[in-house]
Amino acid sequence: MHIAIIGNGISGITTARWIRKLSDHRVTVISSETKHFYSRTALMYIYMGHMRYKETKPYEDYFWSKNRIDLVNDHVQNIDFNSKSLSMKKGETIKYDKLVLALGSATNKFGWPGQDLNKVAGLYSYDDVENMERHTPGLKRAVIVGGGLIGIEMAEMFRSREIPVTMLVRESSYWNNVLPAEESAMISRHIKDHHIDLRLAEELESIEDDGDGNACAIKMKNSGERMECGYVGLTAGVHPNVKWLKETSLNIERGIVVDNHLETNIKDVYAIGDCAQLAEPKPGRRNIEAIWYAGRMMGETVAYNICGKAVDYDPGIWFNSAKFLDIEYQVYGDVPGKLHDYLSTLYWEHPDSDKAIRINFHTETKKVAGFNLMGIRFRHEVCEKWIKDGASLQEVLENLNLANFDPEFYKTYEKEIRKSFSEQSGINYEIKSNRLLDRVTAFLNR
Amino acid sequence: MSNYIDESISIANPNPHNLGLTERLAIIVGLIGLTIAGFHAGGYSIASTGMTFTIAFTLMGMSILWYTLQHYATKKAGIKNDGVWFSSLASRGVIGWILGIVLTGFYVLLYWFPEFLGLGKEGAANFGIISLFDPLSNVFHGKPASQWFMYGTMYTFAIFFFGIKFIYKYRHNNYQIVRTLSVMFFQLFLAYLIPEILSGLNGGFEGNWFDMDLKNQWPLDYDFAQQWHIDNMLSAGNIGWFFFIWSLLLVFVVSPFLTYKYGKRWYCSWVCGCGGLAETAGDPWRHLSNKSMNAWKVERWMIQGVLLFSFVMTIAVIYSYLGDDSSKYSLTRTGFTWIMVGLLLTLAAGYAFLQKKNKDGNQNKIYLASGSAILVAALLGMNWAFGSGNAFFLGGETFKGVYGFYVGALFSGVVGVGFYPIMGSRVWCRFGCPMAAILGIQQKLFSKFRITTNGGQCISCGNCSTYCEMGIDVRAYAQKGQNIVRASCVGCGICSAVCPRGVLKLENGSEDIFSKTEEYKAIHITDEGVKIDLLN
Repeated sequence: MHIAIIGNGISGITTARWIRKLSDHRVTVISSETKHFYSRTALMYIYMGHMRYKETKPYEDYFWSKNRIDLVNDHVQNIDFNSKSLSMKKGETIKYDKLVLALGSATNKFGWPGQDLNKVAGLYSYDDVENMERHTPGLKRAVIVGGGLIGIEMAEMFRSREIPVTMLVRESSYWNNVLPAEESAMISRHIKDHHIDLRLAEELESIEDDGDGNACAIKMKNSGERMECGYVGLTAGVHPNVKWLKETSLNIERGIVVDNHLETNIKDVYAIGDCAQLAEPKPGRRNIEAIWYAGRMMGETVAYNICGKAVDYDPGIWFNSAKFLDIEYQVYGDVPGKLHDYLSTLYWEHPDSDKAIRINFHTETKKVAGFNLMGIRFRHEVCEKWIKDGASLQEVLENLNLANFDPEFYKTYEKEIRKSFSEQSGINYEIKSNRLLDRVTAFLNR
Repeated sequence: MSNYIDESISIANPNPHNLGLTERLAIIVGLIGLTIAGFHAGGYSIASTGMTFTIAFTLMGMSILWYTLQHYATKKAGIKNDGVWFSSLASRGVIGWILGIVLTGFYVLLYWFPEFLGLGKEGAANFGIISLFDPLSNVFHGKPASQWFMYGTMYTFAIFFFGIKFIYKYRHNNYQIVRTLSVMFFQLFLAYLIPEILSGLNGGFEGNWFDMDLKNQWPLDYDFAQQWHIDNMLSAGNIGWFFFIWSLLLVFVVSPFLTYKYGKRWYCSWVCGCGGLAETAGDPWRHLSNKSMNAWKVERWMIQGVLLFSFVMTIAVIYSYLGDDSSKYSLTRTGFTWIMVGLLLTLAAGYAFLQKKNKDGNQNKIYLASGSAILVAALLGMNWAFGSGNAFFLGGETFKGVYGFYVGALFSGVVGVGFYPIMGSRVWCRFGCPMAAILGIQQKLFSKFRITTNGGQCISCGNCSTYCEMGIDVRAYAQKGQNIVRASCVGCGICSAVCPRGVLKLENGSEDIFSKTEEYKAIHITDEGVKIDLLN
């Protein structure tokens, strides 16, 4: 059996690796972006000089032939679902028995005048970073349109070259549609501390053409201010990269609609990662989750389904992470930007450093629902177990050290946290655990 | 797709990560200090030797501190790797190569041609750069400097001042701060001040020198078992006996115990002088270590080869002063051989017994069995060679000479430090240090230490692998949710520091010492059927 995978991001590559683990099927991965798999999340570090492209490749180049995964560096122009064949830009035709669509995302553009000029781009692909690099010499100012995770990454990239950055964020505080108010305020503060010109409650009106097809200035919608700039970064989200398949028989809404086995309406055709839209997402989850971890889990799941073992896609308890300039962020479980009415929250923030812990719990049952961490690392397995087992708030507070994943010699702030959380929750608890691995292992194996 | 980024960065950086004016001034101050020292070496002193020394080293120290304050303290605490791969100095550019050649040249002169550095031979006065250190040497010893006194002073100076720079660079990370204070302390006091003062107090042990660095141990200290060294120790009274017994305790008890508790990091990145220099002065080049599978293969053959070489050399040296006649010697060569063989086999069998229930440990058992077999064969072969009267085809001294040249000098000095700007800061520790090899075996076989991976949070970005000075592909483990247990890991903690998602943590755990490398610990797909499938 020949399995063709379109897209060599984390979803497509995870699929290929797991098919190889589970079977001897022929596997071909097709991409026109780069010949080899690289970590998309590391794109920013190439521009910042922390790594070269070479270092962002998680597997050495010999890995693919050793594992009999064929790589095709070409662009798929057309898919004929009836004859099960792909017509390639370079003229070749590839026949498949099963097809995996791991097409990724494309940058959102909301019809702004000038959005297709030169020096205007998102940050998604290798080409986007090349584009930034090409236009960096002599760059006096960059304007970034959109808050989100990519916006702040792009701001950090330009700041690493000491290029002034203005950031237009539609919300009244950074990313407050996802982050609770306190965390959002902390990050907004932190952005300004990094000398980024953060414009809250501001949107893009239009981008100005310098006469040669290059962006040279933008106009803001609310203040009407005009600002000269040599680069405009569009980071107001992404959408499934499916436009080129809209005219086919594939069932496409925003993304390619898939069932619980990640199969599309067409037999033997699967869709995973950013481009897939779950027909029946798990309760509390979105139907499109354009994040690294979802792509990886889908890749593994679809490999099982393709290799003859039907497995439902179940991403488990929500987790995610990011880094906002110098502040690391981790989230486990249910921590919405706006608290659900059945949840209560405890929040501790260090008075003068960028650290915070939030614990959400069910108001009635007192069962723990989620954790939000800023500048403090928590253990995935421990948080997951607490949430899965419905651990009580009291138990979690008493044993909070078990979750601490900060390096040795870091302060745990356990006394300050206990004081704050006791006052907020009315639970006067004793600290019962330390953060040593043996205690953690004993807890996890309980 | 073009390779625009790679090419543009490697050939001519389109947007150099500019150093500010103050940083440049700070560097110039240091260069002035260096020039003053250089002029002194050429015979043109700006003041008396003592004054010149003070001025030159004060300027260099101030330069590092000023640069540090300007470069790190003015910015918010956090990871400071911006522009590392654009820097000519740090990414094998022209400046990096020049520095590499200069350092290598310095080591060649230091080891083999110290007279070119100004060492006065046969009682003649020092001149050149070594003479700059005469006043300080007089304070300690009441005699002019040797090339080794000069080297020790410069070495300690570098660890101390670049240590401060390193602490500022990682000032948000307490593990890095504590660890760096530790290497600074051990270098300044145990490796430098205490031995210099002790030997000064004892009239320099004229002709009776022995190693008084409390932390130095066999096999890194490859001279330890030399007859002259043992004799010098034992003839130096209580202090000599103290060092002799401490050295044995260190090798056979203290070292394995601490490695069991904390991994080899207790030595390699907390105590050791070579490690200390690599972590402080060598930090700007840590990312240059080769991460490929091939490099790992070369590493394993080389470092275990050096360990075997050092083992054989030491036995040969011991043989050379043990006799065969049991009426004259309380310990004969044959007796010594059998004691060693017995000890080795007991250790191997003991370990195998401890691990008997652990099915993951089979690989370790195979390594252990073949390792023991090689060592036993080496021992018996050597005993036979000595006993058969041909005095061991090379002889202990020849062996020692070869080892000293290739490992002690060429490898640890010339390549180990000279190649910092080309191959990264831990070339010696990774490919050549027998101490790292022996601690690595202990770490792999019975230590509580490992680097844990935080569930499924890895994004495969590669910062951990890039900044691993030992060339470990940390990401390869982290992205599988697997603990990192590698003989070579020195536990510097930088992978954990540079991880943008809080995935890595250096930890010690006793519950799973023999199964800590279990694969696919954290699969974040909750379907139980899939999990069961994986285990089979």
